Amino acid sequence: MYTPTELMTVAAARCLSDADVCFVGIGLPSAACNLARLTHAPRITLIYESGTIATRPDVLPLSIGDGDLCRTAWTTVSVPEFFRYWLQGGRVTVGFLGAAQIDRYANLNTTVIGEYARPATRLPGAGGAPEMAMSCREIFVILPQSKRAFVPTLDFLTSLGHGDGGEARARAGVATRGPTRVITDLCVMTPDEQTKELTVTSLHPGVSVTQVREATGWPVRVAEALSETPPPTAHELEVLRDLQRRTEAAHQGSQS
Amino acid sequence: MARVCSLSEAVAELVHDGDTVALEGFTHLIPFAAGHEVIRQRRRDLTLVRMTPDLIYDQMIGAGCAARLVFSWGGNPGVGSLHRMRDAVEHDWPRPLALEEYTHAAMANAYEAGAANLPFATFRGAPGSLASVHTHFRTVTCPFTGETLTAVRALRPDVAIVHAQAADREGHVLFRGIIGVQKEAVLAARRSLVTVEEIIDDVRAVADPNACVLPSWTVDAIAVVPRGAYPSYAYGYYARDNAFYRAWDKIARDRETFQAWIDEHVHAHRIDDRGRGALPE
Repeated sequence: MYTPTELMTVAAARCLSDADVCFVGIGLPSAACNLARLTHAPRITLIYESGTIATRPDVLPLSIGDGDLCRTAWTTVSVPEFFRYWLQGGRVTVGFLGAAQIDRYANLNTTVIGEYARPATRLPGAGGAPEMAMSCREIFVILPQSKRAFVPTLDFLTSLGHGDGGEARARAGVATRGPTRVITDLCVMTPDEQTKELTVTSLHPGVSVTQVREATGWPVRVAEALSETPPPTAHELEVLRDLQRRTEAAHQGSQS
Repeated sequence: MARVCSLSEAVAELVHDGDTVALEGFTHLIPFAAGHEVIRQRRRDLTLVRMTPDLIYDQMIGAGCAARLVFSWGGNPGVGSLHRMRDAVEHDWPRPLALEEYTHAAMANAYEAGAANLPFATFRGAPGSLASVHTHFRTVTCPFTGETLTAVRALRPDVAIVHAQAADREGHVLFRGIIGVQKEAVLAARRSLVTVEEIIDDVRAVADPNACVLPSWTVDAIAVVPRGAYPSYAYGYYARDNAFYRAWDKIARDRETFQAWIDEHVHAHRIDDRGRGALPE
């Protein structure tokens, strides 16, 4: 047996290969990227925004700047250098993003719920997400699916997905592909080739289209050729759980 | 030439009410002890500048030091919200907090422009809705290609405060590990204070030729504060206390618990000469 979060993490990990140079965020992305490194993609290059390049942490870091990331990296560069030469310079193939809100064109909000000046909930804000969405060659979005998160209209546009659809990115002068996959705990969505509207292309085992519709704040499109996400293998689950056990033990006390 | 003095002297001399103050250190070498000294000296109306406000600005905001926050990501990394920052933004407690919000690339570029003595920086940005609620984002047309790029105003703090592993007898400062934007922040600022783990003989004897070094004549004051980054960390000296970062969530959630913590661990706690840091070990 496995949890929906484990399936989501494994499904995300499988999108990565040895050839990728991956900008890693904390949480599900970090788990997915390190799972890929510890299973099918041992030569993947992981970069955290603290400037740690080609890092190989023993446990999942709690922050993007834990000491383990620096100790196991090939090199550590300053934050301006990271954003200018490495990210903006086009050296990063894929970035993972999460969000509090996502719309049908995979635009993302991590800033506020409610009015900006007087928010109902003040979220952490942009961080490096807008420039990742701009400069990574493609973006994978990973977040649990619910009507609260999958909304018809964002309260705030933090990171550009496909704008108002179609060729919106190209019209804005953005050359990268933007979000190419949205991986949730229920399904995988990909943008329609023409309209860029998110379309359900793969359902996780045991999940129905009705469940996906009920967890989406707009009438979600479903592909005609709908596939089923392969369940995690015993090996993937073992590696993921072992990584999370080591991580939990390390973060109980001080760690290096 | 940097002057070596006590932390309380340095803060009293360099940080004034109403100043724009940047305490930098990107998830590493965060100058907690110096931030606590600012709280103890009850500075008010500060504009606090920092890419990732982290626990130290949660504490300074909750203690009432700040009128304005300049930042690009305001959370407790891997844990959740900064509850004191949220309380200030959502409920004006303990006082209203104005926000000047950036993205990471925007803010890193803005520091770099400040250090480079330029009025603005340009980069490939997509600030989204931030560009409609703030005035520090503009666009600029490339004079060579005609391309439209994002422009952001340079950051020039009154004071930069950073923590480093070591300074030598002449006051040259050495940073190792994740170097973040410390160098840019110090060189962009009018005044600067560096807290260090220790004083060593000669930085040149231990540093790689390409090491991150701030020469003595770029720094105003150096204070020796062992464990001065705790519960953040100093690479090569002590580890990040991730358990404390997780424990902070509960402490900061509630105003009374927070105030009791500040009273006990900041106001009643003095850094002693034996090198105890900002917090009991």
